[in-house]
Amino acid sequence: MESKGAQFEYIYEKPESLREVKTHYCPGCGHGIVHKLIAESMDELEIQDKTILVAPVGCSVLAYNYIDADGCEAAHGRAPAVATGLKRVHPDKVVISYQGDGDLLAIGTAETIHAANRGENITVIFVNNAIYGMTGGQMAPTTMDKQVTKTTPYGRDTSDVGFPIRACEMLATLERPVFIERTSVHDVKNIRKAKKAIKKALQNQAEGKGYSFVEVLSMCPTNWGVDSQTAVAFVKDTMAPYYPLGNFRDR
Amino acid sequence: MSDKILMKGNEVLGEAAIIAGCRYYFGYPITPQNEVPAYMARRLPQVDGTFLQAESEIAAINMVFGASAAGARVMTSSSSPGISLKQEGISYLSGARLPAVVVNMMRGGPGLGNIAGAQGDYYQATRGGGNGDYRTVALAPATVQEIADLTIKSFDIADKYRVVVMLMGDGFLGQMAEGVSLPEPSNQKFDKPWALSGAEGREPNIVASLRLNPEDALEKLNDELQATYTQIEENETMSESYMTDDADYLLVAYGMSSRICRSALRALRKEGVKVGLFRPITLWPFPEKELQKAAEGKQKVLTVEMSAGQMLEDVKLSLNGTADIDFYGRTAGMLPDIDEIVRRVKNYGK
Repeated sequence: MESKGAQFEYIYEKPESLREVKTHYCPGCGHGIVHKLIAESMDELEIQDKTILVAPVGCSVLAYNYIDADGCEAAHGRAPAVATGLKRVHPDKVVISYQGDGDLLAIGTAETIHAANRGENITVIFVNNAIYGMTGGQMAPTTMDKQVTKTTPYGRDTSDVGFPIRACEMLATLERPVFIERTSVHDVKNIRKAKKAIKKALQNQAEGKGYSFVEVLSMCPTNWGVDSQTAVAFVKDTMAPYYPLGNFRDR
Repeated sequence: MSDKILMKGNEVLGEAAIIAGCRYYFGYPITPQNEVPAYMARRLPQVDGTFLQAESEIAAINMVFGASAAGARVMTSSSSPGISLKQEGISYLSGARLPAVVVNMMRGGPGLGNIAGAQGDYYQATRGGGNGDYRTVALAPATVQEIADLTIKSFDIADKYRVVVMLMGDGFLGQMAEGVSLPEPSNQKFDKPWALSGAEGREPNIVASLRLNPEDALEKLNDELQATYTQIEENETMSESYMTDDADYLLVAYGMSSRICRSALRALRKEGVKVGLFRPITLWPFPEKELQKAAEGKQKVLTVEMSAGQMLEDVKLSLNGTADIDFYGRTAGMLPDIDEIVRRVKNYGK
């Protein structure tokens, strides 16, 4: 599009690396924001035609329909293993493993830990919304204490199913990861921080530094059964205190 | 063909894969195929390849998925319980139309079973052990030489049709050392315009089995797969008929059991009993027409397996009531007994 007249100026444009498609995500969902942050970072680092995106099983199963780059499916939880295979064949390309909380911390825990432990030179983007969205709102490994879900109708009982798992803290016990940061997309200030972390994580890979991990706390108003503003407040007031935001490693 | 050298089946498998151009191996240790990862760990770095010991068989098959999606020739190997773990990945590979070679050096089952050779995974390999309407090509070598030759062929079939090829050996065959001439590479080249490499200078590629629109996409994929399987049936079916022409009785066996049957055949022929041997080399596609021809006019067909009778179903389906079929099998890592085969066949004449 061209600007119409000298008095108007584009101050915001859709990133090149984001496809022009209608979203399938629910209103108030954070995935769209995270996709955009990845696409913006790809543009700025000029890696769009070097990137291979591995999509998980979960709400973001179709992530490759949004990110305009080569895309690869992975079975539930296996994205880091698929990313490992891709990266070992194409060490000069940028491989992103995009995962949700069930994918990364329940069914795929082993793949998560071992890809990090090997120090695979990949970038893992972990969207933590404390629930299984795609299947209709069941308990995630990151579901909060007493949080009501379809499979914790009386609230998560930590004496029965344990406490929500903190991914960044766990991965920070390993030697090989070079970058671990927890961010959030519940407000503009934090979105900007998330963008910075995602860009850094991609840049690390492009520079051959090694395994980078960015957790993004995100909203799921539909499956939390709340409106968008309440969802934002839940991330800020309930999730962020338990999952402290900030950098855990930057080498 | 090189001069003959003495090698173990599991090691020759690794060397043949390298000759075939395989530079990526992902696996998880399990007996009785541990010589394969050990060999690849030693050899692949010497040819600028990648050996990676995965955290599980599940991770290994998904690393295979990634490497195959990236356009590389890639292999994993395991044994029965480990192959069970890989089934999800094999279904995904098949749905995403990714070529791969998966080796199963079968052992006794079910469950943890034991670590001796067996043939109890015939159903799993030929019926599709994972979900959905897919097939894996299943090749069954009977000698160490044939392991080498069929390994080369496995990679070509996988790339040509974009399917998973399973190489079905057993613990005995894998650990047996025999003289072998290392094969030449086939030098067949296969373009992979669908592979992922970053979309530089082209439209992005997507590798996926997910097809959410049933009319347009998933059924179309299934139709394409079925058409591919029909082509494979027409082009790739392999078998061997040994002394079948003048025979009154026919033995049917594959892999290790076919070698036992050969010994029984020799003993029977010495005594003047006219017996032949039919050996499927492809378990899927099963050599149906070839078996029909070999079984024509035979008084009795004896299927011999190191299982409770799995290939037996395909023998029955192929002959479809036209022959009198008997079965003799041993399970759990036990070998069929040559004397028992001889005794049975001699009894047929009484």
